[in-house]
Amino acid sequence: MRIRAGFIPLVDAAVLIAAADRGFAANEGIDLELAREVSWANMRDKLNIGHFEAAHLLAPLAISESLDPGRPPLRAPLVLSENGNSILFGDETFKTLNTFAEGNLDDPRTSGAALRRLIAARSENGAGKLTFGMTFPFSSHNYLLRFWMAAAGIDPDEDVQLVVLPPPYMVDALTSSQVHGFCVGAPWPSVAVEAGIGHIVHFGTDIVSACPEKVLAVRSGWAEENADCLNRLARALIRATSWCANAENRDELSHLLAAPSRLNLPPYLIERSLAGRVQVDPSGRTRVDPRYLMLDSALTRPDARAALWLYSQMVRWKQLPLDHKRIDAVTACFSPTVYDAALVSLTQRPLVNDGIGAFAGPAFDPADIQGFLAASQ
Amino acid sequence: MLRVLVVDQDPDRAEIVEKALRQDPNLSVEVATAGPGHLLDLLRTLEPDILIVDLDLPDRDMIEQLRVATREQPRPIVMFVDQSDSEAMKAAVGAGVSAYVVDGLTAGRVKPILDTAVARFQEFEKLRRELDIARTSLAERKLIDRAKGILMRARGLSEEDAYNLLRSKAMDEQKKVAEIAQSVITASELLK
Repeated sequence: MRIRAGFIPLVDAAVLIAAADRGFAANEGIDLELAREVSWANMRDKLNIGHFEAAHLLAPLAISESLDPGRPPLRAPLVLSENGNSILFGDETFKTLNTFAEGNLDDPRTSGAALRRLIAARSENGAGKLTFGMTFPFSSHNYLLRFWMAAAGIDPDEDVQLVVLPPPYMVDALTSSQVHGFCVGAPWPSVAVEAGIGHIVHFGTDIVSACPEKVLAVRSGWAEENADCLNRLARALIRATSWCANAENRDELSHLLAAPSRLNLPPYLIERSLAGRVQVDPSGRTRVDPRYLMLDSALTRPDARAALWLYSQMVRWKQLPLDHKRIDAVTACFSPTVYDAALVSLTQRPLVNDGIGAFAGPAFDPADIQGFLAASQ
Repeated sequence: MLRVLVVDQDPDRAEIVEKALRQDPNLSVEVATAGPGHLLDLLRTLEPDILIVDLDLPDRDMIEQLRVATREQPRPIVMFVDQSDSEAMKAAVGAGVSAYVVDGLTAGRVKPILDTAVARFQEFEKLRRELDIARTSLAERKLIDRAKGILMRARGLSEEDAYNLLRSKAMDEQKKVAEIAQSVITASELLK
């Protein structure tokens, strides 16, 4: 069975790339053919019209597509990654920000307040608005930047300019001074730091510690008609996730991702992101965060709560209205049924979603311990 | 008079599209080969009614921002395919082109323009392939033919799909098509 899937050159495409390039898909009888894409809009269009059966997609984009009555609904049967983004400022802008800092800039309240003062000073001097790049209107990058700024009393629609740029073009845009900074996924912030032109002000985890990031996206119609094929793909990706999450495989994974037809970047930059040990400025300062970019089997199961948080951000920033019909559609997009079926077929054990997962006996019910124990006899 | 802006990274292809569109006296046609980041400025200055872009243009995502943010752009932009049939979208994406229009413009006025662009994109792709073939030497062509045959048998592909696969692999890995063809042949001999 052939499955064509698009990916954007980012470290969080790792699970999909490992599934294709390290045999996890082939072991499930799937010929997984990956295509590198230049823009999220292309990815969406090619998925919609059937050039791709599956895609590495921004979680918010999978959700917003499912809420658009003019388009085929998408499903996010598996989560590919959590976190992995950074907010980075260009060298000059960072130095100016630093002069406005009252305290440790690692604290998003301190950095936000400094940014607010910097914006006020620019406006007094008649300087133009600061411009920041992010990857898509429906993206965690957009929401992280806005969340951070709004918490400091900055209006992201009025006080700054946010522009959309695809991840691989962020560094060029910073070099040519089109933007003062950006929020983007790994490894692109590391590429800018390595080039000596930027300072990572924040990891995404400083703003939101568990931010849903990329999902596997498929058309809902395709998922229904190709349930067996999707089940195999899900199994392959669950296996690939365990492999990617194992620190012993980090070196090999970095080299897989570094290949010319994949990210086409030096393996050591990729390795930094996978390890969560990230150099944040050209002088060599490094920050460590084990949650920097999470590829983790425990996070693969879609969680409607995460999807609804993203939807709440779409409502907050007036991209979409809030209503029950949309809440249902968001929940359906993040349905865990495909994941659960794949896990059952992999482990040959019935699935008990009680947070314990014992091999036998009733599901644990914390509200009725006595009843649970009685049924366990 | 409708204002059409064609943005294409390939100046040769842009010229072909422009020439075809200029035959319609009711269109005013502008062409740009903007690099990433400059499209917003272009849109502000030229205020086109219809925007035709090549699919590989990284600025496509930036246009998506205009579809959402109305504060930034007083004239809301929609994707042409939002108001048309999916066949038109398939043809456009297949040819490597996409179109955006100012909200309120009827599909009837836009469709012939998009059709013209799609036809020219397809024609250009054919020309480019013929040129590719003419440029390769006879020996290389033989290698490519053998590799195509292997792929057609092993993967059940058409001749065209087999060639496209070799070509996209070559582009991905920044190698010549003949080199990829040689590795296909070597691999298939090893697997015999």
